[in-house]
Amino acid sequence: MTRLQTRSLSVDLGRRRVLTRLDLSLQPGRLTVIVGPNGAGKTTLIRALAGLVAPAEGSVTLDGRPVGQMRAAERARAIAYLPQGGEIAWPLAVSQVVGLGRLPHGEKPDALPAGGREAVASAIRETGLENFEDRPATELSGGERARVLLARALATQAPVLLADEPVAALDPRHQLVVLDVLRSHARAGGTVIAVMHDLTLAARYADDMVLLRQGLIEAHAPPHEVLTEAQLASSFGIRAHIARGESGLVVVADRPLPRP
Amino acid sequence: MTPGGRVAIAGGTMQPQSMFSSRTPLVAGLLLLVASLSLASLLIGPAPLSPALAVKALVSDQGGASIVVREIRLPRTLLALLIGWIFGLTGAGLQGLLRNPLADTAVFGAPQAAAFGAVLVLYSGLVGALSWALPFAAIVGALLSIALVVLVAGRRATVVVLVLSGLAVGGLAGAGTSLAISLSPNPFAVTEIVFWLLGSLEDRSRTHVVLALPFILIASGLVLAAAPGLRALALGEETARSLGTDVTRLRLLIVAGAAIGTGASVAVAGTIGFIGLVAPHLVRPFVGYDPARTLVPAGLVGAALLLAADCAVRLIPSGTEVKIGVLTAILGVPFFLWVIARRKAELLETPA
Repeated sequence: MTRLQTRSLSVDLGRRRVLTRLDLSLQPGRLTVIVGPNGAGKTTLIRALAGLVAPAEGSVTLDGRPVGQMRAAERARAIAYLPQGGEIAWPLAVSQVVGLGRLPHGEKPDALPAGGREAVASAIRETGLENFEDRPATELSGGERARVLLARALATQAPVLLADEPVAALDPRHQLVVLDVLRSHARAGGTVIAVMHDLTLAARYADDMVLLRQGLIEAHAPPHEVLTEAQLASSFGIRAHIARGESGLVVVADRPLPRP
Repeated sequence: MTPGGRVAIAGGTMQPQSMFSSRTPLVAGLLLLVASLSLASLLIGPAPLSPALAVKALVSDQGGASIVVREIRLPRTLLALLIGWIFGLTGAGLQGLLRNPLADTAVFGAPQAAAFGAVLVLYSGLVGALSWALPFAAIVGALLSIALVVLVAGRRATVVVLVLSGLAVGGLAGAGTSLAISLSPNPFAVTEIVFWLLGSLEDRSRTHVVLALPFILIASGLVLAAAPGLRALALGEETARSLGTDVTRLRLLIVAGAAIGTGASVAVAGTIGFIGLVAPHLVRPFVGYDPARTLVPAGLVGAALLLAADCAVRLIPSGTEVKIGVLTAILGVPFFLWVIARRKAELLETPA
């Protein structure tokens, strides 16, 4: 059981309060998608969950233990974090980049023990990168690179996986590939949390959805309860049509509403 | 750039598949290269000595030959070795830290700032030429410049910001050095300015080695301690932190190591630039671009480069010996421009 919880979590960036008294409980085995307009605090929330930004008030706990008080390596073994538009500074081989996910276990990417090699191989398999292992990661397309960074996060084999906009800037096929990986990771018992902007895609894949607005949780429920026309109007300021298609909800943003 | 097909210094080719192979052949080959260049450095000079005699004079008393080898050539060889090593190592460390192949103490103006620090205490009459205060003052100078550039350039340093801030710091420190010497009641001011701004290993003694050695050892320890974190940093600071790396500690280790190494080197040899910029580039393809595994080979290549340069200045026929800092700059600046040209696209907007 790995339950990630926030209690009355408030986070400040500089002097600005970005998140205000959030109470969230994120379950293992579920893919939770965080949605919300720009500036709602989605990235800050996911960074706070990862223990990368300290709460101003309240706490983030993993199985009851405050994330901020865990030792860095221990936290890294428990929570894998995939930042938005991740960089790869050197033309490292794909297998080396994925191997970096083993660092929290004290393993060196260039001399992995059997367990580490197996973790890297299965991460590469899950993301369909079998033929890319020796390619320099910097020479790959955006979609391939996103898969490499996802594989890196998977290779840690952490029970919690946090991904900040993992499918932004990807073509439709890569979006589906990446989301399939995230979903199957959740099905396998992982606690998976992702920030997304595409509401239709989010609705298709999410088990639960967290709707953030101005640092507050507007809703935390299955997608069909969160994505209502009234909710989209009040949170995103748009008029939207929501249809129930064969493969889930289809959200069509129609036009922006005048600011109240 | 593909590493395959290039002839490795270790005498083989490196294919991407061999990423998991050990770097032992590379390091062993480089050690051999450094050893042969060290020997060459003991052989070259106005007094002609055969290799056999030079080695014999080094290990046993051979009268005049021993004085030449032990007192004149050995300190020079050791200094080239130590300074080249620490410049190569800190260059690789800074490039890994800032994830930028143009990062180097020389690009940050650190040698000039270190020289300024040394000159300030020396020509204010506070201390003598062989005082321990000299490396300390130089280290403070280097630390200020490196910290300033790392601070100004920020966490996501663009190439442009990095180079421009380094240029500014270096220019200011160089001017400060010239001013300080000019204002001092020193009849040889011009020669002295030349020494501090261009650097030389000519006429060094054992004392110079003793003065620099402890600092260079400390600096090496600091930079090497940062190695594991540099790997994680290849994926950016956020990811490195999420992987359990203490990025602040990493930054402290490398900046302190670079400052101490540069300060100690400049205090005994003046400003010698570009070794730290060039060395990491030469080894990177052979270690799979891994920033941690770049460190030691880059240090060895740095030592080899400076030893070779120091042999070269003794062989170039000229009235007075060509300053070694001039040679490294002549070779280093085109290299620097070549790296910029290759990464021109990045200069437009994106952080490196």
